[in-house]
Amino acid sequence: MAVVLGTLGWVIGMAASPDPMAGVFGLVIALIVWMILAMVSFTGGDAILLASSKAVPVTKDMHPQLFNVVEEMAIAAQLPVPKVYVINDPAPNAFATGRSPQSASIAVTAGLLGRLNRDELQGVIGHEMSHILHRDILFVTVAGVMLGAITLIAEVFLRGMFYSSMGRRYSSRGKGSGQAQAIMLLIAIVAAILAPIMATLLYFALSRKREYLADAGSARLTRYPEGLACALEKISQNTVPLSVANKVTAPMYIVNPLQKEGMKLSDLTSTHPPISERIKILRSMSGASFIDYSDAFKKTTKLTAPIPSSALTAEKPVSVRGSSSPQTSATAKSQQRSIGDIMFKTNGFSFVNCSCGLKMKIPPNFTASQVKCPRCGQVLPIS
Amino acid sequence: MFMKIFLLLIVAVALLIMFVIGIYNSLVGLRNRVANAWSQINVQLKRRHDLIPNLIETAKGYMQHERGTLEAVTNARSQAMGAKSVAESAKAEGMLGRALSKFLVTVEAYPDLKANQNFLALQEELASTENKIAFSRQAYNDEVLFYNNKIQMFPSNVVAGMFSFAKRDFFEIEDSAEKSVPKVSFGN
Repeated sequence: MAVVLGTLGWVIGMAASPDPMAGVFGLVIALIVWMILAMVSFTGGDAILLASSKAVPVTKDMHPQLFNVVEEMAIAAQLPVPKVYVINDPAPNAFATGRSPQSASIAVTAGLLGRLNRDELQGVIGHEMSHILHRDILFVTVAGVMLGAITLIAEVFLRGMFYSSMGRRYSSRGKGSGQAQAIMLLIAIVAAILAPIMATLLYFALSRKREYLADAGSARLTRYPEGLACALEKISQNTVPLSVANKVTAPMYIVNPLQKEGMKLSDLTSTHPPISERIKILRSMSGASFIDYSDAFKKTTKLTAPIPSSALTAEKPVSVRGSSSPQTSATAKSQQRSIGDIMFKTNGFSFVNCSCGLKMKIPPNFTASQVKCPRCGQVLPIS
Repeated sequence: MFMKIFLLLIVAVALLIMFVIGIYNSLVGLRNRVANAWSQINVQLKRRHDLIPNLIETAKGYMQHERGTLEAVTNARSQAMGAKSVAESAKAEGMLGRALSKFLVTVEAYPDLKANQNFLALQEELASTENKIAFSRQAYNDEVLFYNNKIQMFPSNVVAGMFSFAKRDFFEIEDSAEKSVPKVSFGN
């Protein structure tokens, strides 16, 4: 990707001026743009991402189970406990961010919390924790910013070309150099169009590899691949796209938040491996170690698993544990209700249960210490 | 000529010392990680002991006919807390784990208790603590594997022998019933 960025800068530089030094100048400019963007994203990238996803920091009393599961996975991965955020969106999804394990954050949507049982939630958090453990966040940030820089430079150049060509008067230059200049200009235009596409494809390919690796990591941390498999299954049944996600943040999520139901994206242009394949690999694992995942991967895809060999050699067998959640599935109505409750809670609402069975939602700006039940007239204290 | 060889020798010795210092420091770091992982297990076991009285207290009112199950948990807890040696503690904790899982299975028959918000919260805490115990044991074993490998592999084994770094034992669960995490279910 760095090569794509450098070439783009050089070609544009060459097109701007016949001087060979201009190419180098363009290259330097491209690198400076990348460095500035990288610096911004290193110092505040996670904050920007969390803010743009409308993630709200939550405390333990909001959702004790989520916090417990995050703590469990932090213990299993031997990392400090990351900060926990909830995104108020009914679409089920999750992502992790932060430039180092010490300053990492995990964000999950209300839709995810409402739909998954404990084991499935653990699988998803395990997946995010592996992203933190493998430093994928750093990778996504560096590569994502590079993609951003390439897109930015190409865009600025193409727009500049468009506007300047409208009112351009050709100056009296030497004919020979003018022709070379024109050819260079043509190459630059082609490069500016192609570079973002190439960079995007590269970015997506790398991102897919990282997803498989995080799946393997989740299975190893939770010792229960079925949990993540079930979670992915449930998430894939979802039909609502996540409204707060965009093209650049998409690879951060556990499943592609932009892919619509029934839409078949070709392998090359997808940030995530097909969910059905991920589930199949997880379900055909005979144990929970990286070796088991690698074997299952080979069996399912006939390809070599994207797991570094260093992780495979230093492994001892990890056995799969039993399920800890009952296999009963909640009804769609109760799921919707619990998603709604989580969203209310994230917005600062508190709940008061009346003995008549009514559940009152108290908005955060309600200041009185008591509330009257609208159904039975009982006056209840607000805790 | 002689000076040159002498200087070369000094440089070689200095490099060797720096190399040994580096290995020594990494060994100390690993040993501390093992110790930390071990104390993590104890933190979680302590938390389990702290949770039980509240849990039993809440359950008592609903489960008058299950006195035996409740007492088994309370007794196992006090035994585990009074354990002196590591082996004794491991055995007592195993017993406590089994008593707890039996208790949690019994709870399933009491829908009133399962509707109690306070009890549900305690149950979630207990389930999480059980998981944390299992995960911290796993993490401890991972650290021990890494540390033992380092001690036995060349060249760090030489340094480990010089400063007598001892191999650590894995946490093995002797009972097959203990091998699986106690089942805690969350009916809703």
